Amino acid sequence: MAKSALLKSSIGKKYWMALTGLFLCLFLVGHLAGNLQLLFGTQLQFNEYALFMTTNPAVKILSYVTYISILFHAIDGILLTIQNKKARPIGYAKNNAGANSAWASRNMAVLGTLILIFIATHMVNFWAKMHFTTMPLQKITVEAQPGATQDFYLTSGWGQDKFIPVQSVDGENIVLDGRDFYYTKPLKVKFAEGYKDLHTITIEFFKDPKWGLAFTIFYVFSMAVLAFHLLHGFNSAFQSLGANNPKYTPAIKVFGKGFAIIVPLLFAIIPLYIHFFK
Amino acid sequence: MALDSKIPQGPISTKWTDYKDHINLVNPANKRNIDVIIVGTGLAGGSAAATLAELGYNVKAFCFQDSPRRAHSIAAQGGINAAKNYQGDGDSTFRLFYDTVKGGDYRAREANVHRLAEVSANIIDQCVAQGVPLAREYGGLLDNRSFGGTLVSRTFYAKGQTGQQLLLGAYSAMNRQIGRGKIQMYNRHEMLDLVIVDGKARGIIARNLVTGEIERHSAHAVVIASGGYGNVFFLSTNAMGSNVTAAWKIHKKGAYFANPCYTQIHPTCIPVSGDHQSKLTLMSESLRNDGRIWVPKKLEDAQAIREGRLKPTDLAEEDRDYYLERRYPSFGNLVPRDVASRAAKERCDAGFGVNKTGEAVYLDFASAIQRYGKEQAKIKHLDPDDAALVKKLGTEVVANKYGNLFQMYEKIVDDNPYETPMMIYPAVHYTMGGIWVDYNLMTTIEGCYAIGEANFSDHGANRLGASALMQGLADGYFVLPYTIGDYLSKDIRTGKISTDLPEFVEAEKNVRDQIERLSKNNGTHSVDYFHRKLGKVMWDKVGMARNAQGLSEAMEEIKAIREEFYRDVRVPGDVNGFNQELEKALRVADFLELGELFAKDALHRNESCGGHFREEYQTEEGEAQRDDVNFAYVAAWEYKGDPREAVLHKEELKFENVKLVQRSYK
Amino acid sequence: MNLTLKIWRQKNAQDKGQLVDYKISDVSPDMSFLEMLDVLNDGLVEKGDEPVAFDHDCREGICGMCSLYINGEAHGPDRGVTTCQLHMRMFKDGDTIFIEPFRAKAFPVIKDLVVDRSAFDRIQHAGGFISVNTSGNTQDANAIPIPKHDADRAFDAATCIGCGACVATCKNSSAMLFVSAKVSQFALLPQGKVEAAERVLNMVEQMDHEGFGNCTNTGACEIECPKGISLENIARMNREYFKASIK
Repeated sequence: MAKSALLKSSIGKKYWMALTGLFLCLFLVGHLAGNLQLLFGTQLQFNEYALFMTTNPAVKILSYVTYISILFHAIDGILLTIQNKKARPIGYAKNNAGANSAWASRNMAVLGTLILIFIATHMVNFWAKMHFTTMPLQKITVEAQPGATQDFYLTSGWGQDKFIPVQSVDGENIVLDGRDFYYTKPLKVKFAEGYKDLHTITIEFFKDPKWGLAFTIFYVFSMAVLAFHLLHGFNSAFQSLGANNPKYTPAIKVFGKGFAIIVPLLFAIIPLYIHFFK
Repeated sequence: MALDSKIPQGPISTKWTDYKDHINLVNPANKRNIDVIIVGTGLAGGSAAATLAELGYNVKAFCFQDSPRRAHSIAAQGGINAAKNYQGDGDSTFRLFYDTVKGGDYRAREANVHRLAEVSANIIDQCVAQGVPLAREYGGLLDNRSFGGTLVSRTFYAKGQTGQQLLLGAYSAMNRQIGRGKIQMYNRHEMLDLVIVDGKARGIIARNLVTGEIERHSAHAVVIASGGYGNVFFLSTNAMGSNVTAAWKIHKKGAYFANPCYTQIHPTCIPVSGDHQSKLTLMSESLRNDGRIWVPKKLEDAQAIREGRLKPTDLAEEDRDYYLERRYPSFGNLVPRDVASRAAKERCDAGFGVNKTGEAVYLDFASAIQRYGKEQAKIKHLDPDDAALVKKLGTEVVANKYGNLFQMYEKIVDDNPYETPMMIYPAVHYTMGGIWVDYNLMTTIEGCYAIGEANFSDHGANRLGASALMQGLADGYFVLPYTIGDYLSKDIRTGKISTDLPEFVEAEKNVRDQIERLSKNNGTHSVDYFHRKLGKVMWDKVGMARNAQGLSEAMEEIKAIREEFYRDVRVPGDVNGFNQELEKALRVADFLELGELFAKDALHRNESCGGHFREEYQTEEGEAQRDDVNFAYVAAWEYKGDPREAVLHKEELKFENVKLVQRSYK
Repeated sequence: MNLTLKIWRQKNAQDKGQLVDYKISDVSPDMSFLEMLDVLNDGLVEKGDEPVAFDHDCREGICGMCSLYINGEAHGPDRGVTTCQLHMRMFKDGDTIFIEPFRAKAFPVIKDLVVDRSAFDRIQHAGGFISVNTSGNTQDANAIPIPKHDADRAFDAATCIGCGACVATCKNSSAMLFVSAKVSQFALLPQGKVEAAERVLNMVEQMDHEGFGNCTNTGACEIECPKGISLENIARMNREYFKASIK
């Protein structure tokens, strides 16, 4: 009897593509929910979220799963593509592939590679900065009296004078109802760490006078690529996992199409909005 | 040599059981030392190869296609008969036996047919166990349909692809044995000669169609399962590669050829559209259940239709001649195949044909659509006088029943059969004649067997629908494995047969000479040119209706074509490689000899029976007239160097269980 | 109709091969595609040239012998047909038609347009069967009722003609549709369930071994399949393989 080959066999490889792909779809939803705070939330909310994402242990585990998924998805994809190319050493002089299949489905490797490039640059621009560089901390400038302003760093912790606890910030104003408040009330999060101001980094990135437009275009383009990748990938994952059933598949297909269009679209709106309207 | 059919003694119902109880068996250890060659992997060859391998013999199977799964059995549409009596409609082994003998116009061998009927039920069990997806009812049990020439529903089917499903079943059984190494499969190989050593078939010479290599293969017995020879007509429903070569080669080496003139011409095929035509397509007989066959009543209407000035739908009811209903009021459009075919030819010959070539009649579903539409309207409580609604509902019913056939027709003819009547014309479909075999399915060469359509045994002069699949599988699964064992039991001490024996050397040389002769001929015409010419003579003079004069002329003409062929054929390309022209040339060379014997047999049989209709021998109403006193025998021909010199041997047919009557469908 | 044909000519497996142009005139729209090639070949033979080799046999769309990649599609531009059922009325006067062999590493060219599809046979040898003896002593055919729905789906899967259009069409030369059709047929029937796990593992292992590509679920195979074998079969095989793997 043949050995089952969940890693090596063609079908096994597809299971992993599907599982990692679907997990990454989940990741996209989470990521999108956070990013949308750039549109709908305050600077503070966004930075708070950013801090949560970089410090929460559960998120940490999930993030490692995400990194592994991306790597696995990419490496597996490359292996599959190499095998697939080998399976047809001589191609057709004329091939009318458009007659029987969608463009996206035939170009998953190309789309995937573009996405990988995007992920790399995206991580260099934001993730790496967030993790490895000294970032400006989010601060708030309070004009106590006309002409006399003071910058306060925001924190969810407490300890040093120059940090103002989050609870005390209402939009652009600080509500200081008794200065002893934050000295005495222990709070949940880290002590005295200022919010890394990812929000500002993001805004500056897309509003960069020299490169802002190029970055925006690149991000929007990448999201279009992601949309095509998902347009095929989402449904394909279900097929690879054996979920094809006349009853449910139509619904999955509709959902998949919606997902593939809406998620990247919302992602793409963010840089557009920042660049043109902020 | 006197023909000994070796029919066992005793009452017909116990012959086969008694026979099986008393034959010699080969023990499993010895089977491992015995090789069997099987040529052809259709239902008969494939099932025989699988079964013999499973029993323990070493099987070498050969097919000219690129896979055994492509044998032409795959094209059978309708179904397979079996005396299961699942419908409780009074079917039995005897009834199946009786219907088959009667359907064959009393020219089949009783004992063989009874054995066929006995094992028929087992075939269905076997196929279901193999995973053949036969049609089922909602209760989960097997469904049956009824076919022409019977009064019971005993036909099992898998939509319109019964042959395909049964063949894939046999193929899967073969695959299991190929995987185990018990069958050695030789795809893209063509048998080109039989090797006889000390009077026994001991091997074959085959050409590897890919490399062109001429190979010697030895065995203790050789089984020919290479199908029928309908392609002698050039145009037939057979596959392009279907050929008589294997059968003809053994005939030339001493196997008698029986009843070559018995050919089945199927009435419902798509008509020829032009000179370029290479192949005819069958439409299932089931269409005649609902379709009405007609031609115009007036010659001028027929002519107007042929010239495209008139549409068939424009013709009023009283201007149409429903000739089958007119001539055979009780069976109407459901007369047997041979009768329906001849009637169509008669009308077309009289000038009433309806396509450009004048060789087509209408098969009209308009009244069926009306009938079903009205019925549906009533069932659904809708207005049965609403013409558009009735047509819509009726079309739905017809589409449900025959949708795939209608679609096939539309693809080929480019005409919508729901709107205008279909055009059909008879075409050569099956050959009842073939290599003469005894009760053991052994030919007149010891150790050489013929099974399936390649032999002559079970269908007499006319085959009933859904019986070909039954015979192929019966021979391969259930008959040959017993009878060949009896023969091989004497071979357990023989040991491997050497392919260096002088007989192999000589046979190989003959094959090489023939190939060399053809390839170096350097004539001016392609093989197809001669094949078409042969086909035209066969169709015009040895086709649906034959007469002494035409047959004598045909013999001369075929001989002349053969001589011209050897003078003027051109076979380009390398003989030491893949060469389809050479393949065709070798096959057509054999057809050119068979054709002449075919005509000779038809000429000698001074009666009309089943698929053989001699114009001189018909009743006043134009029906076939059998002559049981002088022709109730199998005509087995012995080769004597030239087809026309063949010597006739008669096997008298004794009917002890069926009473001979004239068939009537009035 | 007058046509220009660009046909792949290759002497044998070792030859490099190339597209060669042929002009053909007076093509009738009622001809089948293969009859058009017959006419071309007849002309070539009479001129003393070597005719174009192509596989074909039944010419009614059931044997699966004919192949050909015509104008960039397996079995040509029509749907639900094999090349032998493709008619010239699908083309226009003056058209240029590319005719190439099915391309896949697992389907090496034998000559011109003829390819070797024995890899399909070897996959079937690995498990495309139910291990019952042809003894004639199996139980009665009606002993196990099979729901009509299952029997019908098994039949639909079983109608595969093994032509290889799925492999030829697939951008990866994957044989998943072919293999899954056989796996599905047996997996749907009670008779086949007994050795279903072993079957799917063995057949997939052989499929991979033959050098076919992987499935990207483009769905091209289903569309080009002359018998309309459904992608559901591939999903079913994926399920069967998983079940078998964790056993």
